[in-house]
Amino acid sequence: MSKQKANALREEILRISNVDPLKCMRCGKCSATCPAYDEMNYHPHEFVYMVERGAVEELLDDTSIYRCLSCFACIDRCPRQVEPAKLIEAVRNTCLRKQGANHFKADMLPGKLDPELPQQAVVSAFRKYAK
Amino acid sequence: MHRIGVFVCHCGTNIASTVDVKAVAEAAAKEPGVVFSADYQYMCSEAGQNLIKDTIKEKNLTGVVVCSCSPRMHENTFRKAVSAAGLNPYLLEVANIREQCSWIHKDIKDGTEKAIVLTRAAIAKVVLNAPLVAGTSPVTKRALVIGGGIAGIQTALDIADAGFEVDIVEKRPTIGGKMAQLDKTFPTLDCAACILTPKMVEAAQHEKIRILSYSEVCGVKGFVGSFKVKIKRKARFVKEDVCTGCGLCTEKCPMKRVPNEFNLGMDERRAIYIPFAQAVPKVAVIDPDHCNMLKNGKCGVCAKVCSVGAIDYKAQDSFVEEDYGAIVVATGFEPINIDAYDEFAYSQSKDVVTSLEYERLMNAAGPTGGKLLRPSDGKHPHTIVFVQCVGSRESDGSPKCGKSYCSKICCMYTAKHAMLTREKYPDTEVYVFYIDVRTPGKGFDEFYRRAAEQYGVHYVKGMVGKVVPENGVLKVRAFDLIAGEQLQINADMVVLATAIEPDKTARPLATLLTASMDTNDFFTEAHPKLRPVESPTAGIFLSGACQGPKDIPETVAQAGAAAAKVVGLLAKDSIVCNPCVAHSDEKLCNGCSRCERVCPYGAITYVDKEFKMPDRSIKIRRVSQVNEAVCQGCGACTVVCPSGAMDLKGFSTEQLRAEVDAICK
Repeated sequence: MSKQKANALREEILRISNVDPLKCMRCGKCSATCPAYDEMNYHPHEFVYMVERGAVEELLDDTSIYRCLSCFACIDRCPRQVEPAKLIEAVRNTCLRKQGANHFKADMLPGKLDPELPQQAVVSAFRKYAK
Repeated sequence: MHRIGVFVCHCGTNIASTVDVKAVAEAAAKEPGVVFSADYQYMCSEAGQNLIKDTIKEKNLTGVVVCSCSPRMHENTFRKAVSAAGLNPYLLEVANIREQCSWIHKDIKDGTEKAIVLTRAAIAKVVLNAPLVAGTSPVTKRALVIGGGIAGIQTALDIADAGFEVDIVEKRPTIGGKMAQLDKTFPTLDCAACILTPKMVEAAQHEKIRILSYSEVCGVKGFVGSFKVKIKRKARFVKEDVCTGCGLCTEKCPMKRVPNEFNLGMDERRAIYIPFAQAVPKVAVIDPDHCNMLKNGKCGVCAKVCSVGAIDYKAQDSFVEEDYGAIVVATGFEPINIDAYDEFAYSQSKDVVTSLEYERLMNAAGPTGGKLLRPSDGKHPHTIVFVQCVGSRESDGSPKCGKSYCSKICCMYTAKHAMLTREKYPDTEVYVFYIDVRTPGKGFDEFYRRAAEQYGVHYVKGMVGKVVPENGVLKVRAFDLIAGEQLQINADMVVLATAIEPDKTARPLATLLTASMDTNDFFTEAHPKLRPVESPTAGIFLSGACQGPKDIPETVAQAGAAAAKVVGLLAKDSIVCNPCVAHSDEKLCNGCSRCERVCPYGAITYVDKEFKMPDRSIKIRRVSQVNEAVCQGCGACTVVCPSGAMDLKGFSTEQLRAEVDAICK
């Protein structure tokens, strides 16, 4: 991915999530509190730091975005109100939008379905992208 | 005919980089009445001041306008210069073209235009300035210290040693404050009581110090040099001058189950009690919320056992009014309420404690007699997790009401706790979870490194995310940022380094004193660097953590500094008043009393006065009069006056209108 494209994606993720990674003071409380920690390759605090640095490609290609339970424990406990779960959701959305039509269609589901994929993620994808 | 001189300051590049100072001087020269106009690099320098003085004499000026920084900065400097040249100092106006102009504009065109407008307004005002002469008012040579913690005690001792009388007002039954609750003090590890109690006794025995414990300030009138303070002396139900502090009543009282606030509710006291062994004054006090005799008239044991007859169930709150020349605020701090942080299970498990509670658990006079025992089952803990920054360093508008500032003392006291725990109980594993370790201070970083290197305290960079009490164990889930892994620790105790905030009484007190506070309820200082122990309100001084989080060495230093400022004030016989005071035009006054009601200083009174009417009859009318020695020139009366009789000298309605007109021209 070109640097320019990565930057554009980074801006897109920040715009969708309304998260400011610069607010993070790197305490690690999000990853300390994450119940899906063991399932993820990249952890909540890494999402915040990697988006800040523009390393969005790795995040988009990784299954970690589907492992987030959207339990929002990280949002509740973050002392700086960075809201990492919103950022992860935005990366997930960006990935889904890459499908082209900007809609998530039911017939695309079987190919994507992973028994370990939290149902919440599927539901939230439909809620936001099915017209 | 007016002869005005205008002096435009460059302030180095502070003003000159965004304001074309030459253009301002040229524009000023065209204003009516201006006979001299010049710019200069630093008006406040000696050469700059000499320029003003020389020009006043040469050009025979009747008024001076200096376009420079805020009048808060250098108005006095220039007034002195003007005065030295023989002109009345109140014939000077300062146009603030730095803070209100050059510093906030980026574009030189905009900045210059605004600077010219501000200069024009100042010229329009100075034309209407009248010479004013400042009066003097006497200084009451006594000081009041509000708060009897280490800050208040030290300030009181220093003022008293300089020969002035001091009263300490303390809301609790004893002085000593938070320091009395501490076990050891960093970085030397000397016991807090050993170094504090001699000072408490010294204060009690000092002939110039009077301690009003169990008392609160409930009214403040007056101004610098002559405050009138109303103090509420809460009913103790024990005669302070009779009680010998023998403590027999506190042993015999049948009401045993009252949470002991000195040990933060971790053990119990009686309804009649002496807060702690070294309390000053060492006098018992009855807690009216728990005493059976006071609640329903059934008991009276303490009165029976008291051999000196000190118990007085009929005691009432009393009020005293005292005069003071200066007031020192030393109201200190409190740990915040951490109920909102349910991830740390503070309200679910007794074994999750705050650092101040841990302090009591380590202390020989604490609920466990100095043995480190878990509050839940009294067993010795083998794994302790310390969590830093609980409620500190949070973002503004934190939903849990956390504080945006660093509480400053937590890194050091946690290192102390960890070190003392490892020293006394080497079989206990101690983890400290930190975001940053902040140890600026003499010997502080060495102290922290000693905890990590010599005492084997496990310092882990990262935060604790969740504490789950399960079968008598605290399951701590945390993150190690350096190793990049989530940790699970089974702990016996968790200690939370709770953020500190100003005492709850600080906000209402600030209102009484008309002293300003910041958004966190810390008292603001007159200047953050150059006047750190004075409130912007004249005669009010700040000592200790009421001004910001502070450790003991800093508090004592500030307490001494506040005392020096108080002594500087009390050493004077009189102080020069501000001549910019309110003045009532009797012919316009309709006698409505609104100004009298709104005046915060009690400077306005009403008198009946005879007036000659146009038909030569005599009519008696009720009109307001301002006591110029008491008026502080706040201007509140001029705002409420419906008839326009009230006006402020130096800031008259006419002058302000002229300024507005000049701006809108």
